[in-house]
Amino acid sequence: MQPGSRSKVKSSVQRTLRNKLIETYPGLEPHIDEIIPKKAHLEAMKLPDRATLYTIDTNTLFFQPFDGPPIPHLRLLHAFPDALPKVRIDRGAIRFVLSGAALMAPGLTSAGGWLPEEEKALEKGQVVAICAEGKEEICLVGQLKMSTEEMKEKGKGVAIDEGHYLGDGLWKLNLD
Amino acid sequence: MADVAEGGPPAEPQARHIIYCGVCTLPPEYCEFGGTTKKCEEWLKESHPDMHERLYSEEALNANLSSLSVSARERAAKDAAKKEAKAALAETRDAERKAAAKVQIKRVERNKRKYVTVISGLEAHGLDNKKLAKELGKKFATGSSVTKSPTGSEEITVQGDVSDDLFEWLVEVHGKVPEENIELIEDKKKKGSS
Ligand SMILES: [Zn+2]
Repeated sequence: MQPGSRSKVKSSVQRTLRNKLIETYPGLEPHIDEIIPKKAHLEAMKLPDRATLYTIDTNTLFFQPFDGPPIPHLRLLHAFPDALPKVRIDRGAIRFVLSGAALMAPGLTSAGGWLPEEEKALEKGQVVAICAEGKEEICLVGQLKMSTEEMKEKGKGVAIDEGHYLGDGLWKLNLD
Repeated sequence: MADVAEGGPPAEPQARHIIYCGVCTLPPEYCEFGGTTKKCEEWLKESHPDMHERLYSEEALNANLSSLSVSARERAAKDAAKKEAKAALAETRDAERKAAAKVQIKRVERNKRKYVTVISGLEAHGLDNKKLAKELGKKFATGSSVTKSPTGSEEITVQGDVSDDLFEWLVEVHGKVPEENIELIEDKKKKGSS
């Protein structure tokens, strides 16, 4: 992925985006002034598939698919790891995720994986951060293709595809 | 659905600053999944010995292995070997490409006795046109900017005829481009064409 041209975001749009971020991720609210300082200007950069990446200076903050919620960049999640609900994949699934394959439910339902209990179940469409067995840092972020309860029930199928993973084009994008 | 914190305001949250691998850019605990594991490990040992000790201790390595079945381990090892070979090949190709990539320093006559110097091909040597344009403007105290060539690629246009100095600077000071890869060209303005 090559850095494209960036354009300044209007301050009204910046406000809307900021509110949308907080609304989608209440866990980001305490940090929002650190992520988007009041005086900073967001810039927008076009990504493939009509997605948009939002940046401040050389920091990649979050991206937004044209029909979906804003999704935090992994570096932002590493800075604020508790901002999103989490699930965990087993060690065996890591290398598949890092090569861009869809994350399959068994990687989460196996012994090394972890899903929240029923009361805290996550719904289809929610954006979640994916940790990995034996690792501290988040390796994938994306929208759930099925609810966590459904995964437990079926134990198969695609859990997340088209996520943003460590080492993908978005990760390697260098704005320096 | 926002949780309300119990017992007063929560402690002021802080952004974490984590270390990223200087070789593969991932958090070092994930280096093992890339194709440059050996280099990554060397880098970590050099730059962050404490972290290296933690991630590459015998204990940590054994814990990694024991969480996989024997067959999964074998597949993973095979996969890792493949990746490593691929990365090595990519590196060789990159070196070959660099060895062949020419940088052109061209003196162009704009008006009578007015020259600009155009440098192209720097990006193939891992140099950043924008940064270099700035540097050159400072060095020669003249206008210098990134421009688009007729074919759409990027080049740097420096005001004035600085080709010889530029050649020297590129070879001796900068040292990223081998001398034999640099071509000095004089573009005589042809009559009737622009
Ligand atoms: Zn590494």
